[in-house]
Amino acid sequence: MDWIGAVTMVLFVVLAVTGVAVIRTRNLFGAVMLAGIYSLVSAVLFVVMDAVDVAFTEAAVGAGISTVLLLGTLSIVGYKEKKPEHQPILPFFVVLVTGGILIYGTSDIPPFGEALNPAHQHEMVSRYYLDRSYDDSHIPNVVTTVLGSYRGYDTMGETVVVFAAMVGVLLLLVKGPLPKRVHYHGRWHKVPPGTTRDELLAELRAKDGNAGGSNG
Amino acid sequence: MDDRNVGQLPMDDRVILRVGTKILIPFILLFALYVQFHGDFGPGGGFQAGVIFAAAFVLYALVFGLDQALKAMPMKVAVLCGAMGVVIYVGVGFLAMAMGGEFLNYSVLVYDPVKGQHYGIIGIEVGVLVTVFGVMLSLFYAFAGRRRIDP
Repeated sequence: MDWIGAVTMVLFVVLAVTGVAVIRTRNLFGAVMLAGIYSLVSAVLFVVMDAVDVAFTEAAVGAGISTVLLLGTLSIVGYKEKKPEHQPILPFFVVLVTGGILIYGTSDIPPFGEALNPAHQHEMVSRYYLDRSYDDSHIPNVVTTVLGSYRGYDTMGETVVVFAAMVGVLLLLVKGPLPKRVHYHGRWHKVPPGTTRDELLAELRAKDGNAGGSNG
Repeated sequence: MDDRNVGQLPMDDRVILRVGTKILIPFILLFALYVQFHGDFGPGGGFQAGVIFAAAFVLYALVFGLDQALKAMPMKVAVLCGAMGVVIYVGVGFLAMAMGGEFLNYSVLVYDPVKGQHYGIIGIEVGVLVTVFGVMLSLFYAFAGRRRIDP
């Protein structure tokens, strides 16, 4: 085994240990930190595999922004995980079988980094990109030309997906402006312009009298 | 630890953290721009640069509080960035159409097809940067702006 193989093995062991630790711990703060470490180790693995662009993204998004977002979530839901009510025997069995099938499936995959692999031999795609990239655009980084130019439609779709993610989260988490009228305990009420959410709620409860007794 | 909110944690007494953050933030922003414009030559590009750019504001919010960060970069601007990036990206595509090529065919953008490819890629990378920056920051604002549900 050469030294790159040895480094890869060590990193994979660390990755597996971190993954198991994330599952085992009941302290969610620790779990978030371990997830960050998991992302950093994956980033190093990507560097070893010569995928520096992917490593960059993993380190920035996985270890950076995701950790902060998860910490923000923890500040809402608390730092302790409740004990599960059931022993998860069946899910464990399903995971074992699925994992076994996946590992069996990898035995058919061509060896990593082999020059004669089909992915590197495709006349119309891989060879074309590698041969023509510099002449087409004078950009030395093939990843950039593939992402931006040859696969520009894909990247446009990805940008739209990122945008759609923002729209979804904002719709779920952020309170927008109040509507013109609201439905409360079986009746429609007009909302005067300029009222805040709390004022509106107090007013509705006052109007409602006995029915709005519970602080729902 | 439970009653603290990540977004609204005031750190008025932590001088080293505050001064260190103020020194770091310009370099983080500069590094994001380096990643953006060096993406043609080395690893990096719009996506990574956008995340790093947003991370600078996230760091600012974590140290100085969410209100201060919202003053520096309002939620509306972040959301607008998230949408404008897509507009920039698609705009480059339509510009190529207006110049007589296909959608996103950068070769027709300027007199020289090779230069056109380069400019087109720079254009769409700016679009990706703006969208990713806006999305990452508004996601952070959306999460950090919420209070605990149960006391």
